[in-house]
Amino acid sequence: MSALRAVADQVRAHPVLAFWIFFAVFPFIVPNRTMATQVLVFGLLAMGFNLLYGYTGLLSFGHAAYYGLGAYGCGIALAKLGVGSLWLGLGSGFLLAALGGAIIGFFCLRRRGIYFAMLTLAFAQMLYFIGFHLADVTGGDDGLRGIPQLALGLGPWHYSIENTLSFYYFAYVLVGLAVAALKRILDSPFGAVLQAIRENSSRAEACGYDVNRVKHLSFVFSACFAGLAGSLDALRLTLVPVESLYWTTSGQVVMMTLLGGAGTFFGPFVGAATFLVLEERLSLVLESWPLVIGAIFSAFVLFLPKGIWGTLTGGIHGRQSA
Amino acid sequence: MPELSTLLAQIFTGLVLGMIYILLAIGLSLIFGLMTVVNFAHGALFMLGAYFGVFLLTYTKSFWVALIVAPLMVGALGLLMERFLIRRLYGRSPDDPLLLTFGLSLILVEGVKVFWGKIGLTLDPPRALAGAVDLGFMAFPAYRLFLIAITIAVLIGLYFFLGRTNIGLIIRAGSRDPLMVRALGIDLGRVWLVVFGIGTALAGLAGILAGPMRGAYAEMGVTMVIESFVVIVVGGMGSLLGAVVAGLLIGQVVGLTTLFLPKAAEIMVFLVMAVVLLVRPSGLFGEAGLAE
Amino acid sequence: MDRRSFLATTTAGAAALSFPAILRAQSKDPLRIGCPLPLTGPFAALAADMQRGAQLAEEQLNAAGGVMGRKVEVLFRDDQLKPAVGAQRTKELIENDKAQFIVGGLAAHVQMAINEQTKKSKVLYISTSQSDEISAKPDTSPITFHEALNPTITSRVMGTWIAQNLGKKWWIIYADYAWGKQNNAVLTETLAKQGGTLLGTTPYPLGSAEFSAHLPKIQAARPDVLVNVAPGADNIALHKQVISFGMKKTMKMAQPLLWISYLKEGGPELYQDVYGAINWYWELQDSIPTAKKFVEASMKKFNLPPGDYGAYSYSGVLEVARGVELAKSTDADQVANALRKNPTYDHFKGKQWWRTCDNKSFQDLWIVKAKDKAKGDWGLMDIVAKVPANEEYDRTCKEKGLA
Repeated sequence: MSALRAVADQVRAHPVLAFWIFFAVFPFIVPNRTMATQVLVFGLLAMGFNLLYGYTGLLSFGHAAYYGLGAYGCGIALAKLGVGSLWLGLGSGFLLAALGGAIIGFFCLRRRGIYFAMLTLAFAQMLYFIGFHLADVTGGDDGLRGIPQLALGLGPWHYSIENTLSFYYFAYVLVGLAVAALKRILDSPFGAVLQAIRENSSRAEACGYDVNRVKHLSFVFSACFAGLAGSLDALRLTLVPVESLYWTTSGQVVMMTLLGGAGTFFGPFVGAATFLVLEERLSLVLESWPLVIGAIFSAFVLFLPKGIWGTLTGGIHGRQSA
Repeated sequence: MPELSTLLAQIFTGLVLGMIYILLAIGLSLIFGLMTVVNFAHGALFMLGAYFGVFLLTYTKSFWVALIVAPLMVGALGLLMERFLIRRLYGRSPDDPLLLTFGLSLILVEGVKVFWGKIGLTLDPPRALAGAVDLGFMAFPAYRLFLIAITIAVLIGLYFFLGRTNIGLIIRAGSRDPLMVRALGIDLGRVWLVVFGIGTALAGLAGILAGPMRGAYAEMGVTMVIESFVVIVVGGMGSLLGAVVAGLLIGQVVGLTTLFLPKAAEIMVFLVMAVVLLVRPSGLFGEAGLAE
Repeated sequence: MDRRSFLATTTAGAAALSFPAILRAQSKDPLRIGCPLPLTGPFAALAADMQRGAQLAEEQLNAAGGVMGRKVEVLFRDDQLKPAVGAQRTKELIENDKAQFIVGGLAAHVQMAINEQTKKSKVLYISTSQSDEISAKPDTSPITFHEALNPTITSRVMGTWIAQNLGKKWWIIYADYAWGKQNNAVLTETLAKQGGTLLGTTPYPLGSAEFSAHLPKIQAARPDVLVNVAPGADNIALHKQVISFGMKKTMKMAQPLLWISYLKEGGPELYQDVYGAINWYWELQDSIPTAKKFVEASMKKFNLPPGDYGAYSYSGVLEVARGVELAKSTDADQVANALRKNPTYDHFKGKQWWRTCDNKSFQDLWIVKAKDKAKGDWGLMDIVAKVPANEEYDRTCKEKGLA
């Protein structure tokens, strides 16, 4: 156990390096290789959510919106508009999600607490129904199909992402950069203010910080990470299902983050991996597996609120009690 | 432009929907107002009301018995939930009860399928209420009129309970200022239990009332819980008058948009919520600072 | 520990970790058929029926010595009625479990996600979902086969029958999503061809159980027939509410599909005098020999008659086996060609065949109505008419974008 703790401490001290090393070999040490990319993508999504919830203290129940905007942005650019470049596709998704985050965040942040959470849910549901009915643009409830997995090209050199492993490493680089970016954000003075806001918003305001602007920026960053995750997933599945925008996707992100450990750096990845593996393994043996997942999640809320990673690392960044 | 009779018919059917929303919203609002707990499992409890109703109907062959006992069964389950699960979370982050009840709702929905199978069940209204009543502008199902009447009766009962009894007074005071009530030496723990029990029993009642109109199936509470949240957010968390007004309002919004703008029907509810929240921060009748 | 034993233990450890173990290429490897189904969620009962159908086929094939001497394994996975999950499970079936074929999918949007994966990995896919798109451009492919009926066929058949037997003034109420809209479009077109009048259509949000908002308007219009395209729990709710409004006294009720699960869930009273079409019903065993065999096998193994969707998956698995035997290979293109060259088959309902240009299975349909009183647990339907298979009921390949 102390060896585990020692490893965890090292990881906490050098998170970005730990990410690069661990995920470099990840597909070779897990039994389900096709899930490896899913873990990266959902880990990124949960990481984005965690920035807002675990570090800034704002519970969003509508994060599916930015994931979905990222996915549709990328998908529509590549499949419907025929944009010939993978980067432009990714960029479109990213930008659309950032824009969505900026606008929706502006409205939702006018309220706090449970009202904030309900507003985020409301906007996400609105986007869902719009996506559902705008079938000519989004494919409607059949989903947006036919997203090409374009190759990355630089002059004569081509990198194809069509193979599972080659897609994994493509995602690995992008997610790794996002992880590094998150570290940068959290280590900066801005990051410190975020956490101050989580601890006591009024006090932070009294200290002279522009709390609203900081919250809004955190919301936008969070949406950006979620949007990148969405774009990657659109490429991974070569389709965007309309459920990407549905509240159950938001609920899954919340569960993943909590299982892993809200407010910790790696909690989201640990949570995403745990949730996906549990879902896959349990659904093989038990038809009422959602019951088990619900029970596990409830048990965590009751007895292990710091999540797996949070408990392992002593939960310095765990959510504080009210 | 539809004729007057169609419009009136639509208003009446929106009224029925509003009644279900009111029952759900009042339960949610009572629980939130007093305990600051957002009960995500409310939809699952609504569903259980319908399932318990089918179970009781099969064994007692009496809809009336089922109507009375099913909500009591759901309320008892609510008491157990509060006493052994939710109470552990007091003193922790206000988001935690929401998360826990979210997990519980997953358990309940799946659990029902384990016990009662994956196919939904039928719940028949009693013979006496099976027909339709001619209201002039339309033939309205008798059962729905009954539903309206029952809800009004329950609301009147609640009004007297909260307004005229000691425990009602404590509940109202506790919603307004829990600290003060504690400072006055009142054991809020017992009150919480009662409130959670009543709130969840109301959800169960809504479920068994809705059952004959739609059937009982495991996912029936899933969208209801979100719509009920919209109702209490619009009405104002913790306000019972708000729950009633908002329930009626949202019922009408759904009914009328379905008539005039079917494509926008699903979005309308959320648009209304977003607009109300942005214009009137704590909902129509809510009090500032209650949820923030 | 010296270096040698260290290396030994680490390589042993690494090998143990790379579970599932790498399969050595064996000529007697089992034939794996992946079967993603919505085992959890609102259609779990239908999925369970499909699972039973596939299991029966698997058992039958293995009892007869397997396919090309190889044992048949059907691998079931829960797609949760979600396209993303369906896609991921299909990917895993193909890459991790080495499934050579995929049969399954219930929901139209999920089967399209499954199809994207099978096309990519060059695996033959037989879809058991109702969908117009799966056999048309841009979704279809030479290795995408469609066993089930689709909205065009069912609505053309049912629409024609309704207009000729129940009445020519209709009102259509339909769920506002792809399947509902497709059926509505075909029904409207069919009614026009039959010289009928469409008094009005009402789209309603899928999954909303409240129809009372729409019924007064429909009542006032006085149609001969109320045709509904409402799936799942919506269908039950709609019929309950229609009865409570007293509407059945003044109009007939019909729908493109009448699943046995509806009748089981809603009961004979709810579905009295409701007409619909179905791909298959177990009491057909009295007139079709292969149906009799199928029903007997199911009663023996599960003590349940097979349902309409269970029949699709049963047939799908058997068709994969037949294709492999014909092609003497598990290569998707070769099996696909073999099936197209030998398109006729009969597993449970009489003659079916694959149309060459779009891999669509053509099959007989029946118009049914609910029995007034259930006969035993599952004697729930009366057969009203048989509609023999006809390629004219579906769109032409040209209309689907295929030459």
